[in-house]
Amino acid sequence: MTTLNVQHADETDEMRSWSEIRSDFPTLDQTIQGEPLTYLDNAASSQMPEPVIERIDRYQRHEHSNVHRGVHTLSQTATDAYEGAREAVAEFIGAPTPKQCIFTRGATEAANLVAQSWGRANLESGDEILLTRMEHHSNIVPWQQIADETGAEIRVLPVTDDGELRLDQLEEMLTDRTKILGVVHVSNALGTINPVEEIVERAHARDVPVLVDGCQATPHLSVDVDAMDADFYAFSGHKMNGPTGIGVLYGKEAWLEEMPPYQGGGEMIRSVTFEETTYADLPNKFEAGTPAIMPAIGLGAAVEYLTSIGMDRIAEREAELLDYATELLEAEEGVRIFGRADDKASVLSFDLEDIHPHDIGTIVDTHGVAIRAGHHCTQPLMDRLEIPATARASFSYYNTREDADRLVEAIEHVREIF
Amino acid sequence: MTRLRQLYQDVILDHNENPRNFGDLEDANCEAHGDNPLCGDEYVVSAKLTDDGEVESVAFSGEGCAISKAAASMMTQHVEELSREETEKLVNEFRDMLTDDLDLEEDDHDLGHLKVFESVASRPERIKCAVLPWHTLLAALEGKESISTEGEADPKAEVE
Repeated sequence: MTTLNVQHADETDEMRSWSEIRSDFPTLDQTIQGEPLTYLDNAASSQMPEPVIERIDRYQRHEHSNVHRGVHTLSQTATDAYEGAREAVAEFIGAPTPKQCIFTRGATEAANLVAQSWGRANLESGDEILLTRMEHHSNIVPWQQIADETGAEIRVLPVTDDGELRLDQLEEMLTDRTKILGVVHVSNALGTINPVEEIVERAHARDVPVLVDGCQATPHLSVDVDAMDADFYAFSGHKMNGPTGIGVLYGKEAWLEEMPPYQGGGEMIRSVTFEETTYADLPNKFEAGTPAIMPAIGLGAAVEYLTSIGMDRIAEREAELLDYATELLEAEEGVRIFGRADDKASVLSFDLEDIHPHDIGTIVDTHGVAIRAGHHCTQPLMDRLEIPATARASFSYYNTREDADRLVEAIEHVREIF
Repeated sequence: MTRLRQLYQDVILDHNENPRNFGDLEDANCEAHGDNPLCGDEYVVSAKLTDDGEVESVAFSGEGCAISKAAASMMTQHVEELSREETEKLVNEFRDMLTDDLDLEEDDHDLGHLKVFESVASRPERIKCAVLPWHTLLAALEGKESISTEGEADPKAEVE
């Protein structure tokens, strides 16, 4: 792999400027309603740079075939590209081996896989599933479904007014009945970066495995699943400059070996008779049917692109943008910012007097400013904060200070109208 | 008038700020709950119908954006003393205006001041906001307890 060399590129004179990097993203170069697009909805989905688009284009034009089964050359080419993407992803998150990275449809399917496969094999009536109040619905609903089936119960670790986990209550929430802990690495609604290493360590001290939802972490931070010691780690391709329709479930090998398949079909079998089927080895056991080959290869290209910039450099850039935008928004009369964690990713959730976030979203859109308005699939968290919804601006490394300036100008216009 | 000001006209902003018939209707004899699960807008619309089915009065409560709240407020004023059939006809006209299936100049309609919502048609993602209170009223008249924008009451699903 060449990525290791590239990772140190930021220490050399050849470091690409942020404006050069921004020009890699064709979507950003357009006007919306006559205004330059200010894309601040990165936590919902991020844009795709040329190298990823080109890689997808090349695959689809020259390399496409079905993977794994073919005896012909093109099938081997496609298989090499697909498995190469798995290797790139594994390296990106520090997975000990690529086979521990299962390609899924997205983080949602990854969470469902754990809940259905691990959950059905390991949960019984009276067991407890510990989640946190700031989970995305995708790390709540799959557990509710399996809890209904098995009779297990869901318990919820609270959050503070500032949007941090009440880790002081973790000890008492981890009971003898706790069978698994689900925790979000970075909150999509508030930006809070949770100390997952510490949480995993404390859960493991009680023999409780941990599923970390890493959707908002992998695009913004250097993630090392092995150092973190997570049992499962889930994330989505389209949040990190890759395509939609692809995500990853990382799992510890012992768990993945022991877990039953999630879905049945082709690709995941070793042999089939009507009497008995034996399953394939990892990772194929969990990848029934023809996988999302092109999106996986796109994700592989995306992690190589991120690595070429350097995740530490990205985190630094986004922290700087967050500080700048936070300061600007704080100075705006009537703006209330939600999520005041000490350790925070570049998400700014706010409201403005009693103006509904949807009205804010519509009005700033006429300035070309794309933000999200709503509950961000975190209704329990919104209930905790006693708000129906927030407006959310989420920054990526390709955003600029000018983007933050335009956001604030647009917000001032909202106030003028109301 | 800019497109934005057409959407957020003074009359809409006024109804948002000072919603009419907001609260509970003491002698209501039908009521429904309407929500948009995608954005969290939630309203309860209650109505008092006379013995011969005429809408005597309507009130609403709940929370949502300016468009949905103003739509609810103006709706409560417009349907007073309408028969059930007239109310249903108005709901259809209102929806058709937003989905561009009604020509305000050419076609017959009784929308009156409700035409201020015409420009919502240019923001497809906001149509559900304006239609939600109307569909909630319809549900109440039909004796349903609740409706959601993500089902039969999806205005776009119906026109397709």
